[in-house]
Amino acid sequence: MHKEIPRQNSNNNQKIQDIMSKRYYRRKLVDKLASTFAIACVLAAIIPLGSILLEVIKNGASAIGIQLLTQPPGAIGSGLEDSGGIAPAIQGTLIVVGLASAIGVPIGILTGIYLSEFASGAGLFSTAVRLFNDILTGLPSVVIGIVGYVTIVVAVGSFSVLAGAFSLSIIMIPIVVRITEETLNVVPNSIREAGYSLGISKWKITLFILLKSAKSGVLTGIVLAISRIAGETAPLIMTILGTSLFFSSFTTPIDALPLRIWRLASQPYDTAHSQGWGAALLLIVIVLISSLVLRLLVHRKGFRVEALHV
Amino acid sequence: MYIDKAYVSIIKNRYGLTIDEAIHDCLLKMESSKKDNNHDQGSYKISIRNLNVWFGTKQILKNINLDIKPNAATAIIGPSGCGKTTLIRCLNRMHEMTPGAAAKGCVLIDHRDIYYKTVDPVIIKRRIGMVFQKPNPFPTMSVFDNVAAGLKLNGVKDKRLIKDIVEESLKDAALWDEVKHELDKPGIGLSGGQQQRLCIARALAMQPEILLMDEPTSALDPIASSKIEELIHGLKKDLTIITVTHNMLQAARVADFTAFMYMGELIEYGSTNQIFKNPQKELTERYISGKFG
Amino acid sequence: MFFYNMNGWCFTISFNKINKQDRKNNLSSFFSQGKRKGDKIFHGLVISTACYTLLMIVLVIFSVGNGSKDVFQKEGFFNFLTGTDWNSVEGRESYGALPYIVGTLISSALAIAIGVPISLGIAIFLSEMAPAKISLPLSLIIELLAAVPSIIYGLWALFVFRFWVRDLIEQPLYNMFGGSIPFFAQTPFGLDVFTAGIVLAVMIIPIVSSISREIIKAVPNSQREASYSLGATRWETVRIAIFPYAKSGLLGAAILGLGRAIGETILVTMIIGNTVGAAAIPMSLFSQSQTLASLIANEFNEASSSLQLSALIGLGAVLLIMTMGINIGARLLVSRMVKVSAGARE
Repeated sequence: MHKEIPRQNSNNNQKIQDIMSKRYYRRKLVDKLASTFAIACVLAAIIPLGSILLEVIKNGASAIGIQLLTQPPGAIGSGLEDSGGIAPAIQGTLIVVGLASAIGVPIGILTGIYLSEFASGAGLFSTAVRLFNDILTGLPSVVIGIVGYVTIVVAVGSFSVLAGAFSLSIIMIPIVVRITEETLNVVPNSIREAGYSLGISKWKITLFILLKSAKSGVLTGIVLAISRIAGETAPLIMTILGTSLFFSSFTTPIDALPLRIWRLASQPYDTAHSQGWGAALLLIVIVLISSLVLRLLVHRKGFRVEALHV
Repeated sequence: MYIDKAYVSIIKNRYGLTIDEAIHDCLLKMESSKKDNNHDQGSYKISIRNLNVWFGTKQILKNINLDIKPNAATAIIGPSGCGKTTLIRCLNRMHEMTPGAAAKGCVLIDHRDIYYKTVDPVIIKRRIGMVFQKPNPFPTMSVFDNVAAGLKLNGVKDKRLIKDIVEESLKDAALWDEVKHELDKPGIGLSGGQQQRLCIARALAMQPEILLMDEPTSALDPIASSKIEELIHGLKKDLTIITVTHNMLQAARVADFTAFMYMGELIEYGSTNQIFKNPQKELTERYISGKFG
Repeated sequence: MFFYNMNGWCFTISFNKINKQDRKNNLSSFFSQGKRKGDKIFHGLVISTACYTLLMIVLVIFSVGNGSKDVFQKEGFFNFLTGTDWNSVEGRESYGALPYIVGTLISSALAIAIGVPISLGIAIFLSEMAPAKISLPLSLIIELLAAVPSIIYGLWALFVFRFWVRDLIEQPLYNMFGGSIPFFAQTPFGLDVFTAGIVLAVMIIPIVSSISREIIKAVPNSQREASYSLGATRWETVRIAIFPYAKSGLLGAAILGLGRAIGETILVTMIIGNTVGAAAIPMSLFSQSQTLASLIANEFNEASSSLQLSALIGLGAVLLIMTMGINIGARLLVSRMVKVSAGARE
């Protein structure tokens, strides 16, 4: 036989239940409003962003063609805009970004290795390196363009490929450092211990074992850094100047896709605008396809997105 | 190379070896400690003398003195936190790689102090193999490459030699039959017990004389554990094996000699038979009969 | 038996073992050599590249400082900050940065006022509300959009979006309030500080929402469960379990967005109207204006005198100080918040 234990304070209990049920409807309403707000936010973002992609594809697709991709720009106002193209800009982007990567990737990876494998957590030097690296990631690109101007353009005497590549490398290095450090930190310590116990030197362990384990993350970081600098306009304005000619030397001006888009958009001719959309389509295809392909192919376990968005 | 002539002749006569000032101090210590005990000095593979180890300000090992015989398995037992793992990590100088770690004392391997200031710790590790508690094969390498990793990265280039050594090591580790047709598969695709044997093969490939094993079976199921114990039986004929184990019964099964440690001190050391049937110290007796630990 | 050599371990000599022992001997002699210069070289290499980071910061500060010292000498630092002239005529040169500081602040303030709440809404939707079938592809799309170069935002804003803003927002507001509220008292045109603010918001939304989403996802499930088990609604869970935990991270994300908005150059220069001098101080939302970054981009290549160039670099110096200040301030703020909430969490 079960003995009923009388509930204590049954009056209080009843009171609370009453209060709670009265407020319940209001709370549900608030919740519904909040959910609606969240969905509205998503739409508010999707519509413009979707429109961007749509417009670029719509306007750019009609402009893309062999002529656009292989011809230099026609002289402005001569009525020859129709016959021009953006080929020097394509070539310029490839050269400047390539050179910047050649400088930036090795330095970035080695510094990332320093912060992950060699730096003691609290030492002055390593704290300074981390701090300054983080500050560099947040610098406006126009300021970096100024740095490129003051150091290289003035030294070389003219706007040049070197100045552009140097500026872009300053943007690139902190990104690669951050990502390399993060992915190397994720590699478990037991792997390092296994390597040490076999008497393998530290540099061999780092380059041939650890980096191989972290390969996918580091590669993702590099591709993202490259697509980031490929789209940068501001630093190029004051370092490579832009031109309608193809590459001549490392110490003379050159054109680049983002710069050319800007110049074309500033002209009053419809054909120029159309070419601008075409160039934009090209740029976006390069940037998005490389990001997308890499993300789908590569595992991102334990890899924080914050490191990528710089 | 500085040579102290007076000691050259003494040591040369006793051990028949050339010498430099590296073992000067330690041999002196050994001479002096020889008076205290009647061990036969010449026949020990590893001699630990007055080893004190710290981690930060905390002292982990207190004045350890131990002699390990060659071609035998020695087990180190004791409750958690008594310093067993630290002790064997000192034997191949892995301990000092942790920041904040410090070790003082002598560890003589074949009468050479590995803690002497001119000794390069990386080169020591090539001569002593280590197997860890949790199997740690290199994740991006195949089975073959895992076993060959130590050889290749240390510069051995002869492909046939590497192939021979890999096959032999896998046979010694009793893994060859299970993987011989799958040498290209990734190392982490094996089961836990197989991975541990893979790590043993990897360590064996370096042709060590000493094999240190830190709780090698604690992460494995009983069947895998017994395979590894069989392995130790087979290997100890050619190697000096030192295992740390939590499992007293395993020590009883596998080891010829046993050392019991408690709170950083070596309490008792002797043949396994003697320790388990006739422990001299009360602490040992209490641990063995399960009264604590 | 072991023979000893200078570096420590040495090779063995053995007298009566066969094949296997021989190989052991050969290998051990091999292994015992190896001067380990490789490690020293590698160490030196990584230290020098780490030093390069420090060098870059020094270079940035030095270049900007050196380039702008002319204008600061002429105008005086304080006058430069508060002046409104922008006169490059020879003999009457005078430069002041105030209008552009104001323009930068207003456009960025608009950008985060609009962009951050929307980003938070998206982040909450993606992590708390949407089923995986929707949230995974959607988050992927948003992360990809974060990689779109700002020149493309500028192109779109110049040819498409400004008309939307003008026709759908500005014109109605002007018609309704143009006479009464000074905010809306200018004929709307589409290329003004208001549009710039909105497009900047659109630009920072992908980044801020991606980071916010990761931060919200990182809040342990145990917190959510605790809240739901008390009968809380979803919004209440967000309010009492998630926001307090994620506060510092979300603030960091917002500040990141702010930094991007302040430093954005090409997008702004295409749609803000490009006025100079005192006229650049926006008196209403629909005024044309100019930001620090956009003026630098506009005039840099056509600067007619070295003083004007120095003035432009001076603007860069102001921008640099603002950005570094925000960066450092944010770190201090976030680390303080982390300390407080970490203490509470223990």
